[in-house]
Amino acid sequence: MTLVIVLIIVVVLAISGGVVFGTQMRRRGSVLPQAGARQPHVAPPVTTAAPTPTVPPITTASQAATSSLLERPAGRPVLSDRLGRARGLLAGYFDHVRGRPGIDAASFEELEEALILADVGVATTTRVLADLRGKLREGALSAADPPALLQALQDDLISMFEGDVESLAYADGDGPTVWLFVGVNGVGKTTTIGKLALRETQGGRGVVLAAGDTFRAAAGEQLESWAERAGARIVRGSDGADPSSVIFDAVAHAASRGAGLVLADTAGRLHTKVNLMDELRKVRRVAERPPGQLTEVLLVLDATTGQNGVAQARQFTEAVGVTGIVLTKLDGTAKGGVVLAIRSELGLPIKLVGVGEGPADLVPFDPVEFVSALFS
Amino acid sequence: MFDTLTDRFDAIFTRLRGRGRLGDAEVAEVLREIRVALLEADVNLAVVRDLIEAIRARCTGAELAKHLTPAQQVIKVVNEELTATLGGEALKISYASRPPTVVLLAGLQGSGKTTASAKLARWFRQQGRHPYLIGADLQRPAAVEQLRVLGTEIGVGVFSEPTDPIAVARRGLAEAQRLGRDVVIIDTAGRLAIDRELMDEVRRVSAAVGPNYTFFVVDAMTGQDAVQTAEAFHKALQLDGIILTKVDGDARGGAALSIKKVVGRPIAFLSTGERVADFETFHPDRLASRILGMGDVLSLIEKAEREYDEELTGQAFERLSAGTFTLDDFLDQLRQLKKMGPLTGLLSMMPGVPKQMRDAKVDDRDVGKIEAIICSMTPRERTDPTVLDGSRRLRIAHGSGTSTTEVNNLLRQFKEMQKMMRGVGPMAKLVGGGRPGKPSKSSTGNRKKVKGGRVTPSSRGLGPTR
Repeated sequence: MTLVIVLIIVVVLAISGGVVFGTQMRRRGSVLPQAGARQPHVAPPVTTAAPTPTVPPITTASQAATSSLLERPAGRPVLSDRLGRARGLLAGYFDHVRGRPGIDAASFEELEEALILADVGVATTTRVLADLRGKLREGALSAADPPALLQALQDDLISMFEGDVESLAYADGDGPTVWLFVGVNGVGKTTTIGKLALRETQGGRGVVLAAGDTFRAAAGEQLESWAERAGARIVRGSDGADPSSVIFDAVAHAASRGAGLVLADTAGRLHTKVNLMDELRKVRRVAERPPGQLTEVLLVLDATTGQNGVAQARQFTEAVGVTGIVLTKLDGTAKGGVVLAIRSELGLPIKLVGVGEGPADLVPFDPVEFVSALFS
Repeated sequence: MFDTLTDRFDAIFTRLRGRGRLGDAEVAEVLREIRVALLEADVNLAVVRDLIEAIRARCTGAELAKHLTPAQQVIKVVNEELTATLGGEALKISYASRPPTVVLLAGLQGSGKTTASAKLARWFRQQGRHPYLIGADLQRPAAVEQLRVLGTEIGVGVFSEPTDPIAVARRGLAEAQRLGRDVVIIDTAGRLAIDRELMDEVRRVSAAVGPNYTFFVVDAMTGQDAVQTAEAFHKALQLDGIILTKVDGDARGGAALSIKKVVGRPIAFLSTGERVADFETFHPDRLASRILGMGDVLSLIEKAEREYDEELTGQAFERLSAGTFTLDDFLDQLRQLKKMGPLTGLLSMMPGVPKQMRDAKVDDRDVGKIEAIICSMTPRERTDPTVLDGSRRLRIAHGSGTSTTEVNNLLRQFKEMQKMMRGVGPMAKLVGGGRPGKPSKSSTGNRKKVKGGRVTPSSRGLGPTR
């Protein structure tokens, strides 16, 4: 505590010094009330179960019919297909390397650039290339064989995911399985839940969605439209309700109805916000409670994210123990290489990949496919 | 990050003592460090290359400035280059001669367009305009609903209909004209730059309404892909500016630099939080410091100005210098500090804070403890802590839920600080004075009290103190 006092004093001085001396007295003219700030949860939550009638197996026809929104045609859920359009940028680098007569410093420069462009990050890139150079020195790789170099690089990257369990875990007891979705704002948590709900209901499982994002305007409505599409039930709270209690109610609801799976949505939050991360800790504690069994805490990560993804993964793991990553928006031009850095530094496996906004645009993660796509 | 960089640079430059010029070898080493720093900040590779070259040209063989260490000199050059690349001035909105001024927002999915639309509307309101929102995102479930809720919150009308984006835009514009609104903001659906169909659609939306401003909304944590995407959107829509969102995170924001360099359009606004009020115009020098990892002193000061009571602070400062700073003053300052967010966050914004302090794991609950201790004192005890004998201290400890050790600690530290703080002028100059290029707006003249009870992006309302 001593340190805190000193620190406060330092900051107080600096700030009061700064405020008083030499700064313009700019007046932030915001006269409008500070609406929309996240409030702590003091009111007892009102949870409303919005049950759909019996859960029929969903066919693609009904899924198209449910939504009055402009629906994109469901894409073919094969990773390389969806990534096909996004080729080109990195392919050039690898072609250069392949086309050279031998492996030299320039080859490594090209590889470094390609990996950096894929958002793999400096640290991981350096390590991976150092390993390759080592192989070259030891004679495991021939300097006259560039294609072999590329193959070795691919193999190295693929091996980074060795031993990972990519499938999602279900509860082994009687109660419902609970999967919790976390992440920063805008990454695709709600959409992922929607897709997963459809997949699971199609697989014959009873699914309950917990609208744990009680902050974002119309978040509940967004999830509700997915619940309809997927034929899943949804439990919502009132705006600003305690997310923990919404999830608790959803699990209780699932248990009482015999539904096997609860997909719990949470509000997007920046990992730097201490209060919000504390809230998430509480959410996790509640999600773990019987009768449900929390088997997955999935961090949803946007493939366009740069190195900040590592910080996100680290903070969320520290707070709620992330069990796996869902990498979304991989159908764009971003390569999502940051997951390699995350795997390298934190050991987090990737479970699912999102490749579009449509209900079918979710595929299991396959390291070989992913790495090949990086190289194509 | 700042101290890591300068520490590293300082180490490299120790050999230069006594020499008149920046040595080539040292500069090269430093440039390697800068390259890594910029890449770790997600600045695009090609942009990094150009920047490094520009910096190298300015540094190699350059004369050693007398008032700066070599490390500082290089940092200064780097900062200048980054600032220049980010654009000298913030974008100034010029309104259409025939209203309404039409603003179109476009970008990838999840970048924050809908929230930014509402924020922009509120911002225009503050400028004295009468904005109108058009919800042309018909793709994402409940997107229009979200915009409607936000519109209600800020008191701005929202138009939408379940037809198609082009029709919505067109009809919304007509409705805005009918209602006499002078600014129209159109939210569109997120779309991939490589989705030909959707890029074509947004082009048609743009053609239908002829926007005066088209802003590309981009997430501050975007990586290397930022450039490709921005270029594609620019090609399709002729962007006028960039809105950078989620700047309140710890992403260094290199994407902003890359986009600005490649697309050549200014960064217009920053979205700095989840509240609709968290929206600012852009200042290049500050983002430059952030990208380099140098702490953002100006933002800190601005934050302080927002949250701090001027009069109180002025008085407190005088008393600090005079040595008459009391525990009451400390309590006031502490409370104001709390409004600005977690201590570690503030510290990270301040350069010149020793590394050990900066890295310290500060528990913000301790701040609450200190507050509780001081509150448990009588007014007399606060003005004159010398009366605090053992039994009083015990009482205070019980009253605040702490221990006498902690109470003693606080009192001892406070006393030392009082002693230290006579003649605190130099410290103030470090923070407050002489930042070149700061935009200056005239003060309102009167000493207004900033409204109390304001919440910051990082705190959650008027909740229980921790």
